[in-house]
Amino acid sequence: MADLSVNICGIPFKNPIIPASGVFGYGREYEQFYPLSKLGGISTKGTTGTKRTGNLPPRTAEAPMGMLNSVGLQNPGVDAFIANELPHLLSCDTVILANIAGSTPEECAEVAAKLDKTDVHMIELNISCPNVKQGGAAFGTSCSAAAQVTKAVRLATKKPLCIKLSPNVTSITEIAKAVEAEGADAVSLINTLLGMRIDLRTRRPILHNNMGGYSGAGIFPVAVRMVWQTANAVNIPVIGMGGVMSGEDAAELMMAGASAVQVGTAIVQDPYAPLRIIDELNDWLDANGVDKADTLTGSVKPW
Amino acid sequence: MKHDKYTALLTFPVRSMTQLTKTAWSMVIECPEVAAKAQPGQFVNLLPDGSFTLRRPISICGIDREQGTLRIVFEVRGKGTEALSELRAGDSVNMLAPLGHGFSLPDKNSRVILVGGGIGTPPMLPLAQYFGKNAVVISGFRNRDAVILQEDFAACGAKTILCTDDGSAGRSGLVTLPLEEEIKAEKPALICACGPLPMLKATAALAETYEIPCQVSLEERMGCGLGACLVCACRTQDADGNEQYLHVCKNGPVFNSQEVIW
Repeated sequence: MADLSVNICGIPFKNPIIPASGVFGYGREYEQFYPLSKLGGISTKGTTGTKRTGNLPPRTAEAPMGMLNSVGLQNPGVDAFIANELPHLLSCDTVILANIAGSTPEECAEVAAKLDKTDVHMIELNISCPNVKQGGAAFGTSCSAAAQVTKAVRLATKKPLCIKLSPNVTSITEIAKAVEAEGADAVSLINTLLGMRIDLRTRRPILHNNMGGYSGAGIFPVAVRMVWQTANAVNIPVIGMGGVMSGEDAAELMMAGASAVQVGTAIVQDPYAPLRIIDELNDWLDANGVDKADTLTGSVKPW
Repeated sequence: MKHDKYTALLTFPVRSMTQLTKTAWSMVIECPEVAAKAQPGQFVNLLPDGSFTLRRPISICGIDREQGTLRIVFEVRGKGTEALSELRAGDSVNMLAPLGHGFSLPDKNSRVILVGGGIGTPPMLPLAQYFGKNAVVISGFRNRDAVILQEDFAACGAKTILCTDDGSAGRSGLVTLPLEEEIKAEKPALICACGPLPMLKATAALAETYEIPCQVSLEERMGCGLGACLVCACRTQDADGNEQYLHVCKNGPVFNSQEVIW
């Protein structure tokens, strides 16, 4: 049994596997399968200043090696999150990353300020949602906008602040450096790749929003590449995600530079995916004589 | 180093597989614990073999607690359902079940009208079994080649009315014509319906006109099936008229017709 624990921004995680924001709600639907304490952490459904109803359906489509989604940040708003969901989450003996978003830097800062008064462990600011008209990826695709929203949220909270980055950019390392300069404590990447599918019979896009985020096994090599580039460009921890379906995938993303790994689409397919990935990672470490999972981080030997 | 112990928790044997029409298949799955919990109107979420990411939600057509089996009837619509149709007795299937909120049923001595359209017909069968001779089952299909489950409904003791769009079997025309006749003959305590959206909308409109409670089973492209990922949204309104998206997988698939914004 290897030591799976990792430490990010001073926060101890019992293992590096974290359900990604959006696929896991607030965890309640998964407690019928296993105690949430088995997880390294949970990144909660993206929370905005006020309630959002989300996009018109259809919101998902099958894609080669993955899926598209266009939920559009449906959530009950930060006050309802703090009142109805956070107390239970904080009793689950796992690290809680509160994922937040907003249409303006002010809205993001307001949400962060409210969470700053709670016992949430980390704030993950989503500047990369491809499915909303305002904010979202608009913040995450230019260095100046990314810096501006990071600065506003940084002023609103002393909690460890992780910025979730978009892959739909020319250079993810420039965005990562811009948010690091404004005081981000960590970055998480990659969010979904913007994609589209068309129903041949109706000639209509399958998603009502026309476009949506592509996730799943197909984006894994892009995630490995971007985590590697980003980890080499900044001096803050990188939380990796994007198409991780197995323990071996998690090990690979850690070698590329990730300090922890989020799992999304694998959970949509199989509720047990996080536990399976934790066990597979442990098996890989044991089989390869690695005592501590955190020694994997950045251990790739590039040509 | 694949950890099969987790996959095993969701793996069930296929007891039998029967082709009903050119495109419709009936599958019986051995799953005693699931069958013990399953309720009419709930669904199963099946992961086809191959390189599929999303599961396929399919409504439950039969619950046999003694045999410990569930029966589902589905139509080949695309590659995923095609892969499921290739399963045979003795194979196994990856299934999350039972899922969702089913029908809320009155006393079984109540008169009910069950309306099924095409591949929306199967979830009406457990209801017909429950209400027996007190049920009227009105089913609509494109043509006689698409007709399924009529003997099963008759075996429940229910009155069956068959309609086809082209008149090649049963009555010619839409299910709403016999539905209105049956309502006028004797007002039912409940109407339950599953099928294409225009059929559900017309059924809900008749139910509202005659002030009869109506429950509809809806379909939407789905993700987790558990209520977490929020992709299978359904536009609804609460009692105060406030609009909100509920989710077919958790709040549904069965909704009161008045909740749904058609």
